[in-house]
Amino acid sequence: MMENAPVLILLAPLTGALLIPLLGFRFGRAVTMASLVASLFFGLSSLAQSLSAGPVHYHLAGWSPPWGIEIVVDPLSGVVASLVSAMAVLAAMYSGPFLAGWTRRRAGTFYSVYCLLVSGLVGIVITGDLFNLYVFLEISSLSAYALLSTGGSRSIVAVFRYLLIGTVAASFYLLGVGYLYAMTGTLNMADMSARLPNDDVAVLVVAASFIVIGLAIKAALFPLHGWLPDAYTYAPGPVVGFIAAVMAKVSAYALYRILYYVFDPVGGPRQPIELLGWASVIAVVAGSLMALAQKDVQRMLAYSSIGQMGYIMLGIAIGSPLALTGAVLHVINHAVMKGCLFMAVNGVQWKVGVFRVREFAGMAKRLPWTMGAFTVAALSMVGLPPTAGFFSKYYLALAAIESGHLSFLFALVLSSLLGAVYFFRVIEYAYLKTNDEPIEADAGTEVRELDASMLVPVVALAALVLLLGIFNQTVVTMLVVPGLPS
Amino acid sequence: MTIEALSSVNYWLAALLFVIGLYGILAPPNLVRKLMGMNIMQTAVIVFFITLGYKDDATPPIARHGDHEPVVRNYINPLPHTLMLTAIVVSVSTTGVALALLIRIHRRFGTLSEPELLEKLK
Repeated sequence: MMENAPVLILLAPLTGALLIPLLGFRFGRAVTMASLVASLFFGLSSLAQSLSAGPVHYHLAGWSPPWGIEIVVDPLSGVVASLVSAMAVLAAMYSGPFLAGWTRRRAGTFYSVYCLLVSGLVGIVITGDLFNLYVFLEISSLSAYALLSTGGSRSIVAVFRYLLIGTVAASFYLLGVGYLYAMTGTLNMADMSARLPNDDVAVLVVAASFIVIGLAIKAALFPLHGWLPDAYTYAPGPVVGFIAAVMAKVSAYALYRILYYVFDPVGGPRQPIELLGWASVIAVVAGSLMALAQKDVQRMLAYSSIGQMGYIMLGIAIGSPLALTGAVLHVINHAVMKGCLFMAVNGVQWKVGVFRVREFAGMAKRLPWTMGAFTVAALSMVGLPPTAGFFSKYYLALAAIESGHLSFLFALVLSSLLGAVYFFRVIEYAYLKTNDEPIEADAGTEVRELDASMLVPVVALAALVLLLGIFNQTVVTMLVVPGLPS
Repeated sequence: MTIEALSSVNYWLAALLFVIGLYGILAPPNLVRKLMGMNIMQTAVIVFFITLGYKDDATPPIARHGDHEPVVRNYINPLPHTLMLTAIVVSVSTTGVALALLIRIHRRFGTLSEPELLEKLK
């Protein structure tokens, strides 16, 4: 059983997705939770194995690479895959009350597609094959389109636009893979890395550019972020926390994997990476500026994600060990804190029915735990120690100084200041302002905390933000540094 | 590699189709036409890959009767074709999801024209 653990990370949620319709949509929630917890378990055990005994390679159907597709769990993919499954478990728990009033068939379909989304995302992370990555990219995207479009009439239009842009991105990625395949005759990442020529730079630059454009669209890097704000703003409460937390990050991870493990980071194509660096500096500032202009909290968080994706991409573009440490750490930290923020805000929306910043007045008295979790995650987004967000920004800032690009450092600091402004606005309304004008949906100031199954994931994520910050040294040396490219 | 690519009309065709597809996604106001543009773009990638596997004077990789020592030069590369079977499946699924979304948009708003939709969403 345990020698099959790497493939079971992916097969557990896929089995769940198939099982739910086969059971006539009964036990949807139980099957989902069981398959996601199993996926998390296999992810963690493969990660432990890769940390103690080196990367775990699993050959699908016994075909050894480069002929067959292989699954590789090294410290990097193990960490990201476990992160995805852990977020998936918490988000599945959180989704319960939202789906309580749905028909059995509708809730079952929802859970089935949700499992499919998770299997696509972990598939992207653990595959060692470039074409297989494309297939998983499309599996996860298609299930995300289906889930996001359950958020009402505006969401359908937003999702259709996301679908068009997402397919353009996938086509760009596939074209880039085609160039690489024509050059090397292989699709296995490790094999391709050994065969890629170092002299024929023009073709490599074209291939790398197509792949960077494709995955940067999927990761919502400014100025290719157009699909994200609408898709997240109108997204349904039960999934937006999960999708906003991990989906764009998994694409950024795929880009990192290809740029540093397939291409030669020194002799390989530099131009696309340099362009990526400048685009991410602009993203960091522009995302924060646009977040500042929003009156709707959910939309503010969506724009803030664009800025935060800029941080991760900036780390990938600088490419020094410090920068890559910061980027991977920020993938973990941002997934946890943005998941917490989106879940807290959607909890408020679910319980009280408000989304606008002004309507958060006095909310801390009514949902003290939820707003407490929101505040912890928001402080982490701003980057105050000892929260997790401080440390990833710290590594990125050190890397920016080390690389000699002071404009990078300036952008990081400016964006943190802007982050402080737009997050403190919400916190100020929630804690300091009293609710003088009654809200139509639900007036009053009595405590109306979320249901336990929603509150537990929110508070757990907030606690995780603090733990990741306090034990940041352990996380970096044990989990992040072993995964850096040699 | 570059000379062959330039001399092969298929690569130009693929590039042309790709750009036509991109234009088809961006320019028309009607959402169904945008979807058709997306399909043309996916077809361009398929043409590109299929051409990669092509060789002059070669057959599909099935050993001819009595040919005990097959020469690689006589057979085309089948891998891009199998990859594109998968890509076609992906393309069909994407189109299916997109059409389902379009049906819901049309039921909800009674139009598939983007300017009219934006007007109604205000």
